[in-house]
Amino acid sequence: MTKITAEDLAKKQKEISVAEFFERNKHILGFGNQTRALITSVKEGVDNGLDACEEAYILPDIYVEIKNHEDGECKLIVEDNGPGIVKKQIPHIFGRLLYGSRFHAIRQSRGQQGIGISAVVLYGQLTTGKHAKIISKISEDRPAIITDLAIDTNKNRAEVIAKDTTHWDKPHGTRVEISILADYKRGKKYVYDYLQSTSIVNPHAQIIYKEHNGTEHIFERTTDTLPRSTVEIKPHPYGVELGTLIKMAKHTKSRQLNSFIKTEFSSMGDRTTNAALEEANLEKNLKPKEMTREQFLALHRSFKKVRIMAPSTDCLSPIGETLIKRSLKHETQEISPEFIITSSRPPSVYSGNPFQIEVGLVYGGNLPKEGPVKILRFANRVPLLYQQGGCVITTAISSIDWRRYGLDQPSGKGIPSGPAIFITHISSTLIPFTSESKEAIADIEEIENEIKLAFRECARKVQHHINKKVRRVKTREKFDLITKILPEIAKKSSNMINKPVPSLDQIITKIMDVVWIEDIIEYEKINRAPIQTTLIGESNEEKSGGTITKSKILVVNYKQKPQKFNLYAIIPEDAIVGETNPKAAKITKNYIKWSLDSIAPANKIDITFELAGLEKGDLDENDLYIENINPSFVIGADKWEGD
Amino acid sequence: MVNKDYSNVIIKIDAIAEKIYNDFQKTEIPYLTLPTRTKSNIRFDEKLNVWKYGKNTTSREAKTLDGAYMLLRTMYMADFIKEMIKINKSSTLREMYYISEGWDLAKFHSQQESNLLAEDLEVITSCMREDFKLRPEEDGARVIGNLTIEEITRNNTKKKIHCQDDVGDAGYSIPYNVESEKITIKGVDADFIIAIETGGMFDRLVENSFDTSNRAVLVHLKGQPARSTRRFIKRLNEETNLPVLIFTDCDPWSFRIFASVAFGAIKTAHISEYLATPQSHYLGVTPSDIENYDLPTDNLSKEDINALKSELTDPRFQDSFWKGEIKLQLKIGKKSEQQALAKYGLDYVTDTYLPEKLTEMGILRK
Repeated sequence: MTKITAEDLAKKQKEISVAEFFERNKHILGFGNQTRALITSVKEGVDNGLDACEEAYILPDIYVEIKNHEDGECKLIVEDNGPGIVKKQIPHIFGRLLYGSRFHAIRQSRGQQGIGISAVVLYGQLTTGKHAKIISKISEDRPAIITDLAIDTNKNRAEVIAKDTTHWDKPHGTRVEISILADYKRGKKYVYDYLQSTSIVNPHAQIIYKEHNGTEHIFERTTDTLPRSTVEIKPHPYGVELGTLIKMAKHTKSRQLNSFIKTEFSSMGDRTTNAALEEANLEKNLKPKEMTREQFLALHRSFKKVRIMAPSTDCLSPIGETLIKRSLKHETQEISPEFIITSSRPPSVYSGNPFQIEVGLVYGGNLPKEGPVKILRFANRVPLLYQQGGCVITTAISSIDWRRYGLDQPSGKGIPSGPAIFITHISSTLIPFTSESKEAIADIEEIENEIKLAFRECARKVQHHINKKVRRVKTREKFDLITKILPEIAKKSSNMINKPVPSLDQIITKIMDVVWIEDIIEYEKINRAPIQTTLIGESNEEKSGGTITKSKILVVNYKQKPQKFNLYAIIPEDAIVGETNPKAAKITKNYIKWSLDSIAPANKIDITFELAGLEKGDLDENDLYIENINPSFVIGADKWEGD
Repeated sequence: MVNKDYSNVIIKIDAIAEKIYNDFQKTEIPYLTLPTRTKSNIRFDEKLNVWKYGKNTTSREAKTLDGAYMLLRTMYMADFIKEMIKINKSSTLREMYYISEGWDLAKFHSQQESNLLAEDLEVITSCMREDFKLRPEEDGARVIGNLTIEEITRNNTKKKIHCQDDVGDAGYSIPYNVESEKITIKGVDADFIIAIETGGMFDRLVENSFDTSNRAVLVHLKGQPARSTRRFIKRLNEETNLPVLIFTDCDPWSFRIFASVAFGAIKTAHISEYLATPQSHYLGVTPSDIENYDLPTDNLSKEDINALKSELTDPRFQDSFWKGEIKLQLKIGKKSEQQALAKYGLDYVTDTYLPEKLTEMGILRK
């Protein structure tokens, strides 16, 4: 055996291109098998389209089509109505891994690393040898550009095979056609599920899915409002790594350490900057570019010891309770669930990264009564389909004792069983995935706690809902008694002793002994503008047409004494209050308050109010509260706990 | 049958309707009060020498759905009873249950419900079921002995029956009505009455001619005895002064049979003075007998044990004899049947066991 020298080895040592790396490690990016490959490809295409539309403030129309060839090859077509891509960027975006605009920005977005769509192109090229075709149009008066491209895996560069222009009916948008090796038979159901889930968390998007056999599924848009556009923020000191800190210092334009910290990081003012420098025992006029590793280390450590305000949360774009509810309602129509309850947490922070949790619970209807509940996980509006068991969402759900809330759960741990779907959406500038295939979220304590808090709140609402129902049923029984049984007893007893049937009015109030509050909600399609009586006058959105949500509240005094109290109706944040009758005493962003006139025993009053800005079904039950009356006297409303 | 005067019953029933009507007039939520019919609410009545209901009451109020249904049914049943009295008919409890099918909202959902309400009505009005022209489903049990009874038959003729000579081996069958308008005890020539739980043991004593050889009146209890059987024993005891001995299996349920004959039953404590025979004695089989006679046994079930424990807190079982026997049975964990005595032969019960026990109790002298 000849001796191998370092020089010999050096001859073999060379750079590995990212594309080459991918070639050998497909599974890391979610192309592990042919079913997964199909779903991952659809996901990357759709994510790309949605991101493109949202960045240009366009309501997304996404079209997905899959053509299946006999030999196991599929042609995937994804089309969006986004702003299009300028000619010279097309090869970079589709033919180069790790190329993108979002990687360096700290804000919430779907894709980030710039691997997604180009990985699909590469996968297609590896498995079918075919080129990807990209059609893109950037404006009405320009022709569409057709680009056929391949990836040179050695150089991580696109190779443009052919370029042409064509006519396209769309004013603007992008169409991608990629041939891939995939298991269509097995995968098509998952594609459907994936797109349906995507539609739930993207209520502003319309998605059309055309199967190979021509069947078209339309996931409709349920709101015309785009998600809040996110603001890019600077890194927060709690989340920055030492290496990043050093790199940032090398590239900064600041000449002094204190101004470097103040300008390059979020939440750092004079006071906190000085506190951090003092803690690290560093001079404020140090030149960042000349600092030693030890000095950086001291600074990095001091960040953790100083109280720093949480980063601003403008960088997040949660879906919102009303929209999640509306979306769920729309997508679960066939199930006709008993109720849908949502809950969202205020933004929070882990390691300097802002995040926010929103959860929802769909219960009853045609959902299977047995077996574990269905868990739908979403991160930055993208459904997570695999590795449920290894995800912090599952961990959080499993650690709540659901038996108290009427679901089966042997030993009070693990995924509960029952007719329910649990939805969790996490928005963050940096979702801490467990791996590059972005399928599961890592067990971060702060995130787990927030998910638990959100679900507990949701469960409490469920409990509240059920209790309210039980109380109503009990009172209904009393109504039965009063309207049917009592007159019978009176009749029978007076007949037996030959006397006239006595009057029952007063006894009825005595038996009921409650104030009964009941509400009905109706929806009306209108063209007129709602009459604006909002006192705060914040909402200057001019809305005409749409749906008016009309609520009627009936208050009956079955107590023996007159009752006078205040009534509150909670209104969704995005609703605009129209007419109220009787006139409301106060209207705020969150509620309407009435100071009711005294109601005499056995008398009733009707209250009506209108809301605009909601869709049909957004509000299906009023949340009513009472004040200045003993809450145990009242059925149908709870004690007002203050604003 | 001699026609009874029911006017008092009608007054009492109308009083219920009156009470409810007046509640309506006063704009008060209608209600009826009655004694709580549970173990914890029975007290020994020194004067009557039986167990009666104590002072605890429950009320049936129209405030709740259940209470309102109860009142409505009470009114329907009261009206129905009035009607039966008017047209001179009677019905069985089961018939009344079926008749309630036509009562719309007041309809009963089980016969248990209607039976309980009939008892409630008895308690409220202090009338007897017979006053309401309601009779039980089950017939009374059988009697054999040197005893003559005169019964007024359905043809309104008097008929004398000697309970040995005029009956077969099955004995004289006790009718559901044993009041003086129906039967009269004409004469007895015997030394004691022995009431037997099971038919098998009754027939054994008949076959072995225990009634003649030992001058006994044999009464078959047929398990938990019907009201008419208990009333019959009571009359026999009061009118002839013969001691009454209760002979049952050895388990907690049999002890309750004894209690209902001797002390009065919890469910019918309002009429204990009519039904209970305080001069009754428990003959056996006692838990001590199991040990003394080395009888074949079964293990106590969980229900048996609970029943025994419940008897330890039952005010009727608080004397030293019962406390001792119940504790003994819990200790040995066994139960036995009357017929287990057959272990020693078919004649053992009549030749050995009963004579020994009766001598021990001072009924027989040898």
